[in-house]
Amino acid sequence: MDAATMAAEQVKLAVQEEDFDLGAEVAALAAGRGDVGAVVTFTGLVRDLHADGASAMTLEHYPGMTEKALGEIAEEARTRWPLTGLTLIHRVGRLAAGDRIVLVATASRHREAAFEAAAFLMDYLKTRAPFWKREETPDGARWVAARDSDDRAAARWRG
Amino acid sequence: MRVLYFAWLRERIGTSREEVETSAATVSDLVAELKAREPRYEAAFADLSAIRVALDQEVAEFDAPLAGVREVAFFPPVTGG
Repeated sequence: MDAATMAAEQVKLAVQEEDFDLGAEVAALAAGRGDVGAVVTFTGLVRDLHADGASAMTLEHYPGMTEKALGEIAEEARTRWPLTGLTLIHRVGRLAAGDRIVLVATASRHREAAFEAAAFLMDYLKTRAPFWKREETPDGARWVAARDSDDRAAARWRG
Repeated sequence: MRVLYFAWLRERIGTSREEVETSAATVSDLVAELKAREPRYEAAFADLSAIRVALDQEVAEFDAPLAGVREVAFFPPVTGG
């Protein structure tokens, strides 16, 4: 094998206020290596929940534990699938409707691992990483409630 | 020990972090001590099924021992992504 196919897994984890560039993140997963046959990305956006367009939310997190949780989730994905790289970026602070919130990108030799690992990472991120959404509505601010469907989605990866 | 509060728990209690002198053996004991302090704690911890706890940044149960723990965090179920 040449140096490119022997390259180590690339893992990038970030919690940031700034937006991210999807194209740049995808390019970074394949740059300088010849073993990447598939890159799968998931981008989460702020939905416009109110007709008057006043939708916005603030994302709070637990600095320290967030990074730890993302690291554990990434490590779990790497042990389950033969990935060449993965990127997790979660934004915090105030975001408006249409803004990007989260990016999960997975790279692998073949598509199955990349697709499955991306779904797994999002399911685990939504149920294990300490982020909380506070929505601004015409009637005032409210904390978003956790959804049972997210717990069920994460539960399918157990066992 | 350092105690942190996030999201609506932080709002109801009115602080994001505080140092607490306690000899509580478990998380539940600590919660009982906090609730006895002031009505705002009593109100915030009224429904423990809506609250999660982390000990030194690892999710834990309410019956977990506090021996050796430096940081306790209380928060609602997570809603990121």
